[in-house]
Amino acid sequence: MKVLVDRGKCQGYGNCVVAGPDVFDLDDDGFVQLLVEEPSQELRAQVQHAVRDCPARALGLED
Amino acid sequence: MSRRRRVLVAGASLAGVRTAETLRDRGFDGEIVLVGAEQQLPYDRPPLSKALLEGQGTADDVRLLTSDQVSALDLDLRLGRRALALDPVRRAVELDDGEALGYDQLVIATGSAPWMPRDWDLFEGIYPLRTVDDCLAIRSALQGSPRVAVVGGGPIGCEVASTARRLGCEVVQIEPLAAPMARVLGTEIALACAEIPLDAGVRLVCGTAVEGFDGGVRVERVRLRDGRMIEADVVVVGIGARPVTDWLFGSGVSVSDGVMCDDRCATSVAGVYAAGDVARWFNPLFEQTMRIEHWTNASEQGAFVARALLDGRQAGSYSPVPFVWSEQYGVKYEVAGVPHPTDRIRIVEGSVAERRFVAVYEREERLTGAFALNSTRSLLKFRRLLARDGAHAERVDVPSISS
Repeated sequence: MKVLVDRGKCQGYGNCVVAGPDVFDLDDDGFVQLLVEEPSQELRAQVQHAVRDCPARALGLED
Repeated sequence: MSRRRRVLVAGASLAGVRTAETLRDRGFDGEIVLVGAEQQLPYDRPPLSKALLEGQGTADDVRLLTSDQVSALDLDLRLGRRALALDPVRRAVELDDGEALGYDQLVIATGSAPWMPRDWDLFEGIYPLRTVDDCLAIRSALQGSPRVAVVGGGPIGCEVASTARRLGCEVVQIEPLAAPMARVLGTEIALACAEIPLDAGVRLVCGTAVEGFDGGVRVERVRLRDGRMIEADVVVVGIGARPVTDWLFGSGVSVSDGVMCDDRCATSVAGVYAAGDVARWFNPLFEQTMRIEHWTNASEQGAFVARALLDGRQAGSYSPVPFVWSEQYGVKYEVAGVPHPTDRIRIVEGSVAERRFVAVYEREERLTGAFALNSTRSLLKFRRLLARDGAHAERVDVPSISS
């Protein structure tokens, strides 16, 4: 599973960090930062949740 | 032969769409019928007061689902259809075209409708803002730099004022409290933040309410309670919304400023759940019932209800930390938790002058919430703390900064 990030779309809402704390963080400028590029399957629910909760539609999931 | 299980979702905006998507994410292979009152494919509302209103893009740029996605998710999407009545005994919802749609489980996600006092919209040129059609009507009315009056100082009113100003309109914003955003932020912080619209050239008229309007066919003036008159060619009204629950009258579903739900978003009727603006549920994290009209809640609650439909009690409780953002004048406002305007409010980081600060809200030695202006990363600390401790979050031990 691969997490797709469109940094050009990220607005730094931080919802991904709340939904997927083991996968996402914000960098010093307040934009999304991946803690792990290819998370294991047990993090799938976190990633799906984060993709859905991103108001800027900056995230995706690829199998 | 067994019939496929059918989930009926009444309401095709964010909460309803998230329920449908999450059901499929989790492998549900029954029928999903999604009923939407508008003719439009489901769409996202935040851009309606910002980018789309300003003229960027078209309605197709704000879709939550394309028709290809509707097919891929195998949704039976009924657009332009309104739920008229619920019969919980027959387990059916009557639509406005006369069809009675049966269900095994029902999700009420009919949202909220903007509050518009009677006779306010008798004149042309006075608009509510809720739908993509409202947005496009206002967008067209803002052509040619008219004089704009925005009634209401909540997030939507502020965003409309900001957008109209960017388009070069002369803008007056009217708010009965001391400053825009005061109902959310409290008087002191809201007054401090008022320099942001003022710097952008918006005229603020606060501490008085609208009595009515004058004009011919079109609106020409706003009449205020204090006797003043505001000349206006276009008026946008953003004074709150009401949950859309009239169709549930007599159904046995308990309603009291929203559809009453327990901690897992189940209503008083078996097999019926609610999500989004319309739902008033018990949030065990904060030990209170709440109804939230914001994007993040609609998304999360819609997804939660899908899990509750599939997993029953094992889905647990719906216990989020409320979160809302607003973008005005190039500044990002974010609120987390359950702050109240009468809480003790302290700025703990930054300042209004820097256009970057964090304020904490405290009541009886507890942290209730936090407000961040251009400070998302700092706000995350408080979102995490509130997610862990909820109603029992202790005040943070950081010094105040005088603004």
